[in-house]
Amino acid sequence: MNIHEFQAKRVLSRYGVSVPRGEVIDRAADARAAAAKLGGTVVVKAQIHAGGRGKGGGVKLARSPEEAEAAVSRMLSSKLVTHQTGPEGRLVRRVLIEEGLDIARELYLSIVIDRERSRAVFIASTDGGVEIETVAARNPERILTEPIDPALGLQPFQARKLAYRLTIDPALVGEASKFFHSLYRAFKETDAALAEINPFVVTKNGRLLALDAKMNFDDNALYRHPELRELRDVNEEDPLEVKASEYKLNYIRLDGSVGCMVNGAGLAMATMDIIQYAGGRPANFLDVGGGANEEQVRHGFEIILSDPNVRAVLINIFGGIMRCDIVAGGVVAAAQSLGIRVPVVVRLEGTNVELGQKILRDSGLNFTVATGMKDAAERVVRLAAG
Amino acid sequence: MAILLDENTRLLVQGITGREGAFHTRQAVEYGTKVVAGVTPGKGGTTLDGIPVFNTVEQAKQATGANTSLIFVPPAFAADAIMEAADAGIPLVIAITEGIPTEDMIEAKAFLAGKATRLIGPNCPGVISPGKCKAGIMPGRIHKPGNVGVVSRSGTLTYEAVGQLSAAGIGQSTCVGIGGDPIIGTSFVDVLRLMAADAETHAIVMIGEIGGAAEEDAAVFIQEQVKKPVVGFIAGRTAPPGRRMGHAGAIISGGKGAAADKVAVLEAAGIHVAPSPALIGETMARALAQHAAS
Repeated sequence: MNIHEFQAKRVLSRYGVSVPRGEVIDRAADARAAAAKLGGTVVVKAQIHAGGRGKGGGVKLARSPEEAEAAVSRMLSSKLVTHQTGPEGRLVRRVLIEEGLDIARELYLSIVIDRERSRAVFIASTDGGVEIETVAARNPERILTEPIDPALGLQPFQARKLAYRLTIDPALVGEASKFFHSLYRAFKETDAALAEINPFVVTKNGRLLALDAKMNFDDNALYRHPELRELRDVNEEDPLEVKASEYKLNYIRLDGSVGCMVNGAGLAMATMDIIQYAGGRPANFLDVGGGANEEQVRHGFEIILSDPNVRAVLINIFGGIMRCDIVAGGVVAAAQSLGIRVPVVVRLEGTNVELGQKILRDSGLNFTVATGMKDAAERVVRLAAG
Repeated sequence: MAILLDENTRLLVQGITGREGAFHTRQAVEYGTKVVAGVTPGKGGTTLDGIPVFNTVEQAKQATGANTSLIFVPPAFAADAIMEAADAGIPLVIAITEGIPTEDMIEAKAFLAGKATRLIGPNCPGVISPGKCKAGIMPGRIHKPGNVGVVSRSGTLTYEAVGQLSAAGIGQSTCVGIGGDPIIGTSFVDVLRLMAADAETHAIVMIGEIGGAAEEDAAVFIQEQVKKPVVGFIAGRTAPPGRRMGHAGAIISGGKGAAADKVAVLEAAGIHVAPSPALIGETMARALAQHAAS
C-alpha cells in the first residue's frame, strides 16, 4: 500500500526522523495563513502518489504568502501529469506547504527488502534528488548498500560507515547515525516494503532532513497496523481496482480490449501474454484465486464488464482439484444473472472437463468453448476484433 | 530416486484440522502419500481419518518419525509454524500458506540459517514426485511418473506445463513449486542443483516470471553446471512496470525484472525458451529429441 508524502513524513517523524515543518491544506484560502506561519520562502508540493512531481509542475517555490496562495490555487483541482500518471494526469486534492531550506547537499537514502539476501538493506548515494534507477544505470559505483541483520538490527558501526561513505561532515556523523537508526526503526515497526528519502538533505546550517519521503507497506502485514490502513487514499487508485479489492480479487486494469479471468497469478500473466501473441491486447490482469467459485467468477465478470474497452472475454481456468462442471455451472449462473452481451471464450481444464464443456454449450449463452490456451487466445482475439 | 519426496516420505501436516489442511491431507492420502501425523495446537489427542493429531511438532515427530512437514497454518501464524518444524529437526518443510508478512519470513529465514532444515515456499503449490508422494495442493491426476523435473514460481501455470508434458507422453520425476513471494526458502538454483544430481531426472522445465533476479541466477548456474536439457518459460511479457501482478514477488521495479531481459539471459545460457505458454510441452519434446540425437 502506498501513502502520500505528507503521511509518510508524519509516520517517519513519529520515529524521530527529521522532516521540514509544514502544513497540509485542501483549500487555496488556507494557503496565505499557512505560508505566513511558516515564514519566509515556502515550498508548495502537490500531494499525489505518482513520482516525477517536480518536473510536472507539482513543486513550486513561493517567496511570499501571496505567491503561495497563487501557487496553491493553480495546483488544487488541476490535473498533474507526470511520467508516472499517464497522459490523463491525476487530480490534486491536497498540497503540502513546507518551510524553505538553504540546501547544501542532496543525498539519497532508502531501505528496501533485498530478496537475494532475505533481509532489509540500506541503499544510499551521494547523488540525491534524481531517480536512483538513473544513478544505478549511469554510475553504479555511486550506489552504496548496507544489509541489516534481522536479529540485530542496524548496528552503530554500520550507521557510521554509511555516513562516512556519504562524505557527511564529521561534525554531523552523530546526527546522521541517529537519522539512520530512526529510519530503520520506522521501516521495521511499520512492516514497510520501502522507505525512500530522496533527497536526504544537508542544509547550510548543518541540519539533516528528509526533504521528500515515500513509504510503501507490506499488504500482508496491514492487519497488524490498523492506523496505517486508514492512510489508504482510494482516490489515487483505479475505481475498478478498488472495487476488485473489496471482493479480494487481484485485478489490474490495462488498456487492451480482451478481458481475461484466470485462476492463479502465473497463469493469469501467461494468459495475457498469449493474447498478445495472438495479436490482441489484454484489457486487464485478473486472478480469481486458485479455487474460483461461482461468487468470485460473478464478481470477476462484473469488474471486467465495467471496463468499456472490453470487446470479448477469455476465461481460462485450470481446475486443478476443482471440478470443471462446478466451475462451468458458476460461469453460466454468473453470466445469466449479469446479462452478459460480449462474446465469452471459455477454456477449462481439470476433472469432468467434458461435462463442464457440455454445460457451457447447452446454456444458450454466447459462449465459445476452446481447447487449450492457444486456441482460446486466437478465438477471443478474433471475436474482440469482429 | 526423484528429489525431496519419495516412497520413504513420512508426512506431517501442520494445520491439519483446518478446512484446507484437512481437504489436502485427504487428497494426499488418496494419492498414496504416507501421512503419519497432524499438528494443531490444542487439538492433540484427536484424529483425522485415523491420522493422529498432536499439539506440537516435537511430539508428532517423536511419536511417528515424520520426516517432512506440510504447512497450511493461517498467514499470521505460519512463520512460527515453520520455525517450530525446523526446531523439531524436520529436514524438509513445505509451506503452502499465502500472505505471510515479509518481516515474519525474514525472521523465519534467519532462524533457519545454520539448521539442516530445507524450506520450500511459502505461497507455493508444494512438491510432488509422481507415483510416489504428493505434498501440496496440485491435482495429482495430471501428473505422470517419468524423468523430467519441473521447477516453478507459480501454481496453476505449473499445472498447465505439467498437463502439456503428460499429454505429450513426457512423465515427471519431481515437480517443485518454489513460491511467488519475495522471501522464499529454496531458490531455483537450489532445486536445479538437486535435479542436476538426480539420476532419475533427465531434463528440466523451469517456469519463471517477472520480478527479482532468481531466473538470471538460475541461468548462470545452468550454463556452468547443468548438462541436462533445460526448457524455460517466463510469464509476464505483457506486464506493465511498477505493478504487482498477483504474486508479491512479481513486479518490474526500477526497470529490473522485465520478461524480455530474463528471456535473453536464459537463451544466452543455452536454455530452450518456450515462446508461448502453450508450447512448453512441445518445446520439451523437441529438446529431448535434439538431446537424444546429439
